[in-house]
Amino acid sequence: MNVDWPWPWLPRNVDKIAEATGEHLYLALLPVLFGLIVSIPLGWAASRWPAVRLVLVPLAGVLYTIPSLALITLVPLLIGTKIIDPLNVQVPLAIYTVALLVRSVTDALLAVPGEVTAAATAVGFRPTKRFLSVELPLAIPVIVAGLRVAVVSAMSLTSVGALIGIGGLGELITEGFKRNNAVEMVVAIALILLIALVLDALLLTVGKLITPWTRARQGANR
Amino acid sequence: MDPRTAGGEPVNSALDWLFNPDHWSGPTGIPTRILEHLGYTALTVVIAAAIAVPIGAIIGHTGRGTFLIAGLSNGLRALPELGLLTLLVLLTYVGLLPVVISLVILALPPILAGTYAGVRNVDRAVVDAAQGMGMRGSTVLWKVELPNALPLILGGIRSATLQVIATATIAAYVALGGLGRFVIDGNNAGAGSPDGYPQMAAGAIVIAVLALVVEGVLEVVQRLAVSPGLRNAATRKRTSRIWRKPTPELVGKST
Repeated sequence: MNVDWPWPWLPRNVDKIAEATGEHLYLALLPVLFGLIVSIPLGWAASRWPAVRLVLVPLAGVLYTIPSLALITLVPLLIGTKIIDPLNVQVPLAIYTVALLVRSVTDALLAVPGEVTAAATAVGFRPTKRFLSVELPLAIPVIVAGLRVAVVSAMSLTSVGALIGIGGLGELITEGFKRNNAVEMVVAIALILLIALVLDALLLTVGKLITPWTRARQGANR
Repeated sequence: MDPRTAGGEPVNSALDWLFNPDHWSGPTGIPTRILEHLGYTALTVVIAAAIAVPIGAIIGHTGRGTFLIAGLSNGLRALPELGLLTLLVLLTYVGLLPVVISLVILALPPILAGTYAGVRNVDRAVVDAAQGMGMRGSTVLWKVELPNALPLILGGIRSATLQVIATATIAAYVALGGLGRFVIDGNNAGAGSPDGYPQMAAGAIVIAVLALVVEGVLEVVQRLAVSPGLRNAATRKRTSRIWRKPTPELVGKST
């Protein structure tokens, strides 16, 4: 195949690339944020009641197993959106994020040592306050680890939506493929990779900043 | 009414399309597409396992090159598979080879990580005992470490297989077969066509069911592969930990 590398395409299309990048971030990050907010109470319930855990954890596994193109295609059938609605990409991304994080949150909350919660209760924490100021903070490192995977995966998954016409930077990939424009494809791929790596590093840093005690403990061990 | 809006009608038309006998025979029928899809997947996973299991085992056995494992899985998780596959096809030609190569790249990290973790996590006391009995390095690897690592190796192969099943749907976009055809063709047929959204939804249902069935089958295989020595009461606790489904955060998802 004769491949074109029309480099002048790049400077001429900065606006288009910026717009696609903005759309990509909107498509990918909103569902991850939503998934994080939903998975904390779900994980709390699953860590508290084994019956909830018995339902939620296998359900999360099943949902996570469904390929993204299939789920994206089925959303209009399930919730009645139009075929080019951004929700068709965002709903699956939110589902995957919840499926991923519910397990992380559950495991992290279950791993909080009994003596810690007992001590918190003994010094007068009520259950809600104890959850918010003792158990949840202790779970942050595990939640952040899950969140990093969710964000990086979302950046890549969003581009699949381009196959049915919603995909931010993914649409530059499909358009470049149709027009035999390798530059457009490489730019889109590189941007997706770059944004994913930057967001990953950002989450890693924020996760460390908001859990100063984990560093203190490491220092003590040394 | 626009057939792409929801309600009872699209569900019915999708199911009608799915159960229409005409769509269950011939070279473009659902069974043929399932076989093509499984064919791409099997070819990819066999090649990926042939590369990743030996490398993972050697890294786990010697402890050298560990940085490769984490670096590869982190870096590749962010790579958009749609971009990799289409770019590779554009740069070479439309055919099976570039598609399989890009699918293999996707399948390597989970198998590598599973094999490495499996070999690395073998109880040191067991390895010491084997060496105490006079086994040499390669014998320890073949007779002790690999059998003990089998559940985790198969776990890696299982995640790789599911990733590939999901990603093989994109092959249809670059003019190959497989179950992605129904989604792509349906999308190209446009709104209002009886072969439009109903075909897409029917294809998506088959893809989802296929992924879940393969997941179930591989889970059973993984259980059966646990060495009887690991199943007895003394080691049950440890075994149950090995059996645990790999948590999704180990796996990631790129398609």
